[in-house]
Amino acid sequence: MSRDARRIASLAGLGIVFSIISAAGVRAQGNNGLPREGQGQDNKIIKNVGRPAVGKVEYVRYCVGCHGDHGDGQGENTPWIEPKPRDFTLAVFKCRSTPSGTLPTDQDLMNTIRRGIVHSNMPEWRPLPDQMIADILSYIKTFSPRWKTEQPGTPVVVPAETPVTMESILAGRAMFQKFECWKCHGPEGRGNGPSASGMTDSKDQPIQPLDFTTSDRFKCGTTNADLYRIFMTGLDGTPMASFSDNIKGDAGWDLVHYLRTMQPMRTPEATIWKAWLATHAGELKPIGDQTGQ
Amino acid sequence: MRSTKGMCGAQWLSACALAVGASLLSVSTASATVTRHSDSTITLSQAAIDGRTARDAYRAYVASIQNNEPAATASYATMRVKRIPAFARKYGLRCSACHTAWPELNSFGQQFRDNGYQLKNERDTPISQSNAYFPITIRVTPQFHMERATKQLVDATPGDGESGQTEKTLTSHGFDLSGMDLWTAGTLWKNVSFVALLSSDNFASFHFEAVNLRFDNLGDNPWLNLKVGKFELDNLISEKRFLFLSDNGGSYATYHFSAPGSSVDFGVGDNQLGAELSGHSLNSYTRYSAAVLSSNDGDPGSNNFSSYDANFNFSQAFDGGAMGVERIGAYAYVGQRPTSFQTSGGDAIAGSGTNRKTFYRAGFAGDFFLHKLEFLPFYLHGNDNAFLASGATPNEPLPDGARDASWNGGFLETHYYINQQLVLTQRVEAIRMSQQAFSSMPSTLGNVDAYSFGTRWYPFMYSRAGLAVHGEYSLMKTVSPGQTAEEGSTVNIWTSSLLFALDFDF
Repeated sequence: MSRDARRIASLAGLGIVFSIISAAGVRAQGNNGLPREGQGQDNKIIKNVGRPAVGKVEYVRYCVGCHGDHGDGQGENTPWIEPKPRDFTLAVFKCRSTPSGTLPTDQDLMNTIRRGIVHSNMPEWRPLPDQMIADILSYIKTFSPRWKTEQPGTPVVVPAETPVTMESILAGRAMFQKFECWKCHGPEGRGNGPSASGMTDSKDQPIQPLDFTTSDRFKCGTTNADLYRIFMTGLDGTPMASFSDNIKGDAGWDLVHYLRTMQPMRTPEATIWKAWLATHAGELKPIGDQTGQ
Repeated sequence: MRSTKGMCGAQWLSACALAVGASLLSVSTASATVTRHSDSTITLSQAAIDGRTARDAYRAYVASIQNNEPAATASYATMRVKRIPAFARKYGLRCSACHTAWPELNSFGQQFRDNGYQLKNERDTPISQSNAYFPITIRVTPQFHMERATKQLVDATPGDGESGQTEKTLTSHGFDLSGMDLWTAGTLWKNVSFVALLSSDNFASFHFEAVNLRFDNLGDNPWLNLKVGKFELDNLISEKRFLFLSDNGGSYATYHFSAPGSSVDFGVGDNQLGAELSGHSLNSYTRYSAAVLSSNDGDPGSNNFSSYDANFNFSQAFDGGAMGVERIGAYAYVGQRPTSFQTSGGDAIAGSGTNRKTFYRAGFAGDFFLHKLEFLPFYLHGNDNAFLASGATPNEPLPDGARDASWNGGFLETHYYINQQLVLTQRVEAIRMSQQAFSSMPSTLGNVDAYSFGTRWYPFMYSRAGLAVHGEYSLMKTVSPGQTAEEGSTVNIWTSSLLFALDFDF
C-alpha cells in the first residue's frame, strides 16, 4: 500500500471510529422512559410493532412543530394555522371507520397520516415507511390514557354502492335539504351556509365546513365509500355529527351521489346531473330555508 | 465567463503539453503557462472579482491544482447549497420534516419537491396564504478556514524572479465569508411552481444559479411535469443539497471532472439550461426525468451552442422497514460540442459551430439507510470523443495519435444522524483515468483521491430559520503534470481544507 493510500485509509479509519464512538454515546442515552419494542403495552400497529422510543424521534422530526412536544396541539406553528392541529391528549379523531365517540383503528390513523387532511396543514406523508408510521403512532398513543383503557370501535359497515341514477341524485338533494347540510356547507356546497360563520370545534377553535366546489378530496378520503363512511361516523371534535341514526342503508348513497355533483372534477354524478339540469332546472326548489315558502 | 472557461481550457492544454510534447503546444494560446509558474495563476479571489460563478471558480481551482499552481491562496467560494426556510414558514413544518439534515432532502422533502413545492392540501397557491408571507430566503456562511497545498513552485528567493524555483508547501488561513444565496421559490398557482435563485460569490457578484418554471401534474397526472429554464440536473445525490462546504470538500470532484486536455466544459453538478419532463409515483418512490439541454453548460446568454444535450435519470425507492427508505438509480448524460466554426477574421463566430462530437457520462447512484446511518454511493463513467479529449483546435484536423479519453470515478459518502440536530459526515472519492487522449500521456495524469469528514450541529430546529455550526476537514490528492517538461513526469499535489463555519439561513 502506498503512503498516499495509507494516509487516506488512516483518515477514513479515524472517521469511522469517531462515528462508532458517537453512536455508542447516543445508544447509552436510553429511551427516555419509553418502552422499547416488545415491552410494556401492546404496540402492534397493523403488520408492524410500534416502538414508542423510536417514534418519539420521528415525532419530533415530523410532527412536533404543529402537534407540540406534549401532543396537545400546541406546537410552535399552532397560533398561525387554521384549523388547529389535533390534540392527541384527548384522543379524539376526525377520520375514523369507527362509530362516533370511539377510538379509531390503527388503520384509520395510518390512512390519515398517509392521506393528509385537505384544507389543513396536515400533508400527505406518503413516503414514510410503514414501520416509521407505526413507531410514530405508538408514540402518539402515549399522550392519552384512553389508549390504555379503551379499545377502538368496531368499524361501520359500508354497504355495496347503489347505481348512480338521476333518481338517486335527486333523493340525495332532498336529504341535503332535509338534514340541513346546507346550513353549514351552503346551498351550493361552497362551505358558506348561514351557520358557517363563527363555527368552532370542540376546543372552541374556529373551523370551516368543507367547500365541496373546490375540493377533489374530502377531509377523510377521496372515494364514494369514504364519503358514505363520514356520514356514518361523523368527524369527532367538529360540528359534523354522525348521521347513522338518520340515514339508513342505501339512502346514504343518494346523499353521496348528490354531493359528488358539486365537486370541481368531472364525476359520473356530475355528468348525469348537468345533463338533467339542462332541461329540468326550473323544476327544482332552491336549497335553503324554505320555512317561508 | 466564456473567456474564463477558455483560460481554464488553455491551462489544461498547457498541463497536457508537458506530458505529450511540443506538438500540442501549437494548438494552445497559453504556451506561456507550461510550468507551474505563479504568473499564470487563476485564484478563486480573482474569480470572485471578475464575477465568475462558484462553478467556474471551482474549475479554476481544480485547474490550478492540476497545473500545480499555488492554490493555498485561494479564497473560499463554495458551490452553494439549497434549503428553503420560506417553505417551512409557508407550511409550518420544521426543517427536519423535509431534510435529513438541511440542506439534504429526505424522502418526504423529495416528494414535496416532486410535487412542485406543494403539499397538495389545497393551500398551495399564493391566494391561500397570508399576505404577509413572501417566499424569499437568504443563506450565507461566515467562517474560518485554512487552506494548504503541497509542492507549490515558488521563487527560491522571495521577490527575486530570477533566483530559480523551488517547491514549498503553502498554507493560508483566516476569517472569511461564503457567497450568498438569494432564493425565491414556490407556486404561482396550483400546479405552477417556480424557482429563482440568485447566487453570489463572496464579493456579492450575483449570477442566475437557477431560474425555472414548472408545470406540475399535467392532466392531473404526477407522471407528467414540465420544467423550463435553468435547473439542477435530476441527480439522485444532489450536490446542491449536500453537507460539505470547504474548498476541497465543497463539491464532488467526480461531478466536475474533465479529462486532462479535454475541451468539454460540462459538469454533472452544473445547472443546465433546457426543458425537463419528469414524473413520479404518488410517494415519489419511482421517479424519472428526461431533459433536453442547450450545449452550453448552463451559461445564460451564451450563443455558441446551437446544439442540444440530453439527460436521463431513473430511480426506484423501497420501503426498507425499520431501516428507512432505500433508493437506487441510474443516469446518463449525452452531450455534444462543435469542433468547427465559421470564422470572421480568423475568429470563430459564436453559434456557427458544426462537426459536433459527443461525450457522455453515465453511471448509478444510491441512497441507503441503515437506521441512523446513511450511505450514498455514486459511480460515473466518462468518455470524451477524441476531438474533444485532445483539445483539438477548431477547424483543424484531429492531432496524430489522438483518441477518446475515458475515466471512472465515484465516491462513497456516509452520514450518521445522531439526532435531527447533529450529523457526522465523511466521504471517500476517487477518479481514475482509464484512457488518456494520447498514449504518451502519463496514465495516471488527472487522477484524484479525496477524503472529507465533518460534522454539522443545528443548535435549534424549528420552522422559521436555520443555523448550522459546521466543522469540516478535507484532503485531496491530484496527479498533476511534473515540474519539468520531461515526458511522463507527474507529481502528486495534496491540498487540504479545514473549515469552521456558521451556516445560517432565513
